[in-house]
Amino acid sequence: MATTADPTPVAMTTEEKKTIRAVILASSVGTLIEWYDFYIFGALASIISTKFFPDVNPTAAYLSVLATFAAGFVVRPFGALVFGRLGDLVGRKYTFLLTLVIMGGSTFAIGLVPGYASIGAAAPILVLLLRLLQGLALGGEYGGAATYVAEHSPAHRRGYYTSWIQTTATLGLFLALGVILATRNAMGLEKFGDWGWRIPFLISAFLIGISIYIRLRMNESPLFRKIKAEGKTSTNPLKESFAHRANMKMVLLALFGATMGQGVVWYTGQFYALSFIEKTCNIEFVEARNIILIALAVTTPLFIFFGWLSDKIGRKAIMMLGMFLAIATYRPIYQAMYRLADLNSKQEITAQTRNTVSNARVEGGTQITTVVSKVFSDGARYKETSKVIQPTDVSAPVPKPVVLKELNLSKTGFWMMILLIGIQVVYVTMVYGPIAAFLVEIFPTRIRYSSMSLPYHIGNGIFGGLTPYIATRLTTHLGDPYAGLWWPIVIAGLCLFIGMIYISNKVDQNVAD
Amino acid sequence: MNNIKRYLGLVWMVLGPAGIVFGVQQAIRELSASAATPPTQETYTFWIIILAIFVPIAVGMSLMGYYAWQGDYDEIS
Repeated sequence: MATTADPTPVAMTTEEKKTIRAVILASSVGTLIEWYDFYIFGALASIISTKFFPDVNPTAAYLSVLATFAAGFVVRPFGALVFGRLGDLVGRKYTFLLTLVIMGGSTFAIGLVPGYASIGAAAPILVLLLRLLQGLALGGEYGGAATYVAEHSPAHRRGYYTSWIQTTATLGLFLALGVILATRNAMGLEKFGDWGWRIPFLISAFLIGISIYIRLRMNESPLFRKIKAEGKTSTNPLKESFAHRANMKMVLLALFGATMGQGVVWYTGQFYALSFIEKTCNIEFVEARNIILIALAVTTPLFIFFGWLSDKIGRKAIMMLGMFLAIATYRPIYQAMYRLADLNSKQEITAQTRNTVSNARVEGGTQITTVVSKVFSDGARYKETSKVIQPTDVSAPVPKPVVLKELNLSKTGFWMMILLIGIQVVYVTMVYGPIAAFLVEIFPTRIRYSSMSLPYHIGNGIFGGLTPYIATRLTTHLGDPYAGLWWPIVIAGLCLFIGMIYISNKVDQNVAD
Repeated sequence: MNNIKRYLGLVWMVLGPAGIVFGVQQAIRELSASAATPPTQETYTFWIIILAIFVPIAVGMSLMGYYAWQGDYDEIS
């Protein structure tokens, strides 16, 4: 990290304040919409699996989608390289406009791809390709937006202003879940499962249009304009970023001492938590999303708070404390979440238990549906629906029943679950709020876009993005509901150790180098 | 502090190859014919993704260790 310059804050003029607000708006709205586009795919994974990745085993279908989801994350570092290079060569503004168009176009196109039933294997291949394009675009977007805002910000408020960009990832998820729930409620479950799931993808075209309009009216970053006017832009940003030892050592330090741990804490708090309450705790679909939405809504302002605080006490202190708290408390938090949904610890009101069986003729046999509904003394409700097809041919094997378990928590349990997830999102705000300012400050202007994008997207895309996948796998293989937590605990622990030893807590006031 | 940074560099240099060996061992164990459950297509996909992306990252970890051992991070305080 460069030496600390004069930290005396200089008051901003009204015109400067107006400019920085417009810069933040233009950058944040676009980035928020890119995150929205990226998340709706993951949030609709279970429906997409039945439409594009048919399989007799629903778990295998779900894993196929997760693999596609991972592919979306894995290509993000490549997007960081492609668009980072472009951003350092031609400028920040046009590069993150391009990523916006690619992202919006891919998302819209996913909404139009016919299902497997219509075009066969071409359907999953098309979806996979579009998903890869989404990942590439996202890889280029964040670095551009963070750099653009940071290069407009005064030194003493860089953490505060860039933290607005940091809220977009969470708000994008919030928007994605909100649009999905609203569409689902408006259309009804059957229509939504049939074709209504396409609407959140198609809406993207409208959102992207607004964002492009806002961004087109903005000017290029002043620092980039200055080095361009002086003829000091890099001619080969990738070589300068990753082949020059002085810069490469900072890229590696940013990855192993900051973004790697930040990525796993982020994805554990926002995504693995959702997967855990839905798959392990069997919380009902809408209730699970409501829990996440409320937890996000309450805690999102803390991104701004910790960004602001990082201007006062340094970026490292806050990020490392967030990682430490996550490592120390993940297991007790997840144990408490599991207990809230554990039916063995609840008292069943047996007089209200209902058991219904119905038969329906389907192709190849009779579908037998068994529904067991239970009510518990604390107000929790549980429904288990089992569907099995009895083949007409009596010699044919009877397939395994498909079982859907849905738990609606008691009122107290619902709010306790929000609290437990909210605590995890607070950790997310601590590690993620200051990170844009931290990354901007350790790299020089001429290669900043390329240099900061790669460690950010390896940390978040690979270490973070694969968290739900690896954690679910660990849980399945080891048979322990908490085994999945070893991934974030070990990765964040290693990152905390490296960060504490090697990273400086000084705030670099001068990013014009 | 600089000495600690340098000596820990040796740990990071070893951790990279150790991570690769551990990953390859796990992959062989799950993908071998004698595994408790026969490997599925999903298992192959998982390990191909994991090894392809984590091997270069492990190399990066060793490189950071080398830089630390050489004292490149000494001036950061």
